[in-house]
Amino acid sequence: MNARRFTVAGLLAILVAAPFLAPPYFLHLLIQILLWGFIYTAWSIMGRFGFVSLGHGAFVGVGAYVPALLWNYESVTPWIGIPLGVLLSVLLGLVIGYPCFRLKVVGHYFALVTLALGQVVMLSVVAARDITGGSLGFTPRAAGHSWYALQFPEKGYFYAIALALWLGGLAVWHLVDRGIGREALDAISEDEEAAAAVGIDVMREKLRVTVISAALTALGGAMLGHYLMYLNPETLSGIGVSLQIVFAAIIGGTYTMLGPTVGSWLTISLNEGLRVAFGTNFIGAANTIYGILLILAIIFMPRGIVGTLQSLGIRRPKPVPAE
Amino acid sequence: MDIYLLEAIINGLLLGGVLALLALGLNLIFGVIDVVWIAYADLVMCGMYVVYWLYAGLGWPLALACAVAIAGVAVLGILVHVLIIAPILGSAPINQLLATGGLLFFLQSFATLLFGTEFRNLGLRLPIIELGDIYVSSARLLAFAMALIGAVALYFFLRRTFIGTAIRAIAQDRDIVGLMGVDQRRIYLVTSAIGGALAGLAACLLALQYDVHPFIGNTFGPLIFMICVLGGLGDMIGGFIAAFIISQIISIGGYYSNTELSYVLAFTLFIVLMFVRPRGILVR
Repeated sequence: MNARRFTVAGLLAILVAAPFLAPPYFLHLLIQILLWGFIYTAWSIMGRFGFVSLGHGAFVGVGAYVPALLWNYESVTPWIGIPLGVLLSVLLGLVIGYPCFRLKVVGHYFALVTLALGQVVMLSVVAARDITGGSLGFTPRAAGHSWYALQFPEKGYFYAIALALWLGGLAVWHLVDRGIGREALDAISEDEEAAAAVGIDVMREKLRVTVISAALTALGGAMLGHYLMYLNPETLSGIGVSLQIVFAAIIGGTYTMLGPTVGSWLTISLNEGLRVAFGTNFIGAANTIYGILLILAIIFMPRGIVGTLQSLGIRRPKPVPAE
Repeated sequence: MDIYLLEAIINGLLLGGVLALLALGLNLIFGVIDVVWIAYADLVMCGMYVVYWLYAGLGWPLALACAVAIAGVAVLGILVHVLIIAPILGSAPINQLLATGGLLFFLQSFATLLFGTEFRNLGLRLPIIELGDIYVSSARLLAFAMALIGAVALYFFLRRTFIGTAIRAIAQDRDIVGLMGVDQRRIYLVTSAIGGALAGLAACLLALQYDVHPFIGNTFGPLIFMICVLGGLGDMIGGFIAAFIISQIISIGGYYSNTELSYVLAFTLFIVLMFVRPRGILVR
């Protein structure tokens, strides 16, 4: 246990020291890995119990667009705008989640209903092109270095925010994992009827993780928008993004705390590595290989990287305690 | 009645034919293999590129290009099953869906690699037919007719042949069919090939009306899923009817506002209908 504590402390020290050591380009990648890792973790809070949402791009989009629009048009500070975006996402999650859970829309049906939700948000942003800029994207009004506008030209600030957010996300994941509701949710994902029969409030448990997941995802989307200073419906809420969220979380491992983060680290560095390797001469080459690797990963490691490593660890014979 | 509204309704009807064809293919695969091919619309994209490449690139006759595209996508369907679905047939359904999601990334970027992101068209203008004051594109009319022929052909195949009967049986009870001496793996292959061929046929019909680009699957892919779910996944007649409902919403919605809003309307209505009729519009 001590060795483990030591490893965790060491990793944290490296993460804290990173902005002082890493060149800006790597810091940029690290920020994206942390922010997306946070979003993937938020997805897995729901996904690990079998509620596979293909529409989390909707929450990313709402979380990012609401504060940006309020800032540009009404000069409302993101400190108010972001909570409003999160609130709207939660409402959206409830509006979809409640009837889905009430009517027992599960499996493929749930996945496809949430996919439609992502499309609704994406297309609404495109349709409202007079306000949102449509497919051309939207740039928040720049305010220089400002806590009020939550804009920082230096990457170090965003790195600190992303790191804090990510640690917070892991803490929430841990709370859900250790909380009393987890047993209930596991029971629900095993057999809903039986869970209800032993007195579990199925609806309440399901809605609780939905609300947590939607809120965190929207928060991640908001910070992503503030960091990139550019919002695009296709890259925030498109079907590709929603699939990407599910992929990264599953490849990393949905059932472990660090799985989604590992997924984020792997997918982003792979994408970036392939992009650098192939340059711009072969547009699409990187993603072609990426797609093949995704398929292979799903076929050969359905439990994800971290999950696979863990199950290898379990299979190792345990030392017999001395009498 | 407003003449433009009437035109919108007719165009919606014609669009519905092709969507219905695609919904049939996806429903067939879901009903038999119990898998959602999330990359189904991207198979259509591949077919459209084959038609484009053979017809506009190499100067083949259109009919031959279309025949090759249909056969090509059918083979692609078999490959999808053998290489992606078969190895994980026993794992969680969501993993199968995601594996074809990886295929979606692969096909879109591979098409980008080969053809770039430009919009390409066949450079073929089919005449516009004038019915009184209404203008109807003959490409759409042709697409509608061919889609209906394809659907009817599928119907007779499923009703009148041994393999067709076996396919329907497997969709009803996959365990018992094995006991009746039906080779499941062979049925899966045939089903995947038919699903691919239907995508190929739709590709030919769509290539006559729309420009091809690597991400065209994202435009109508989600639409086909909505149609299938609305009709009840695996329910072919339901899917057929749902295709026309959705295409009318899009067409009439597009007439009153803009295209994106009509899509938003279609998806929203889909979500609402899911809550009214969660197992499909035909099942109470």
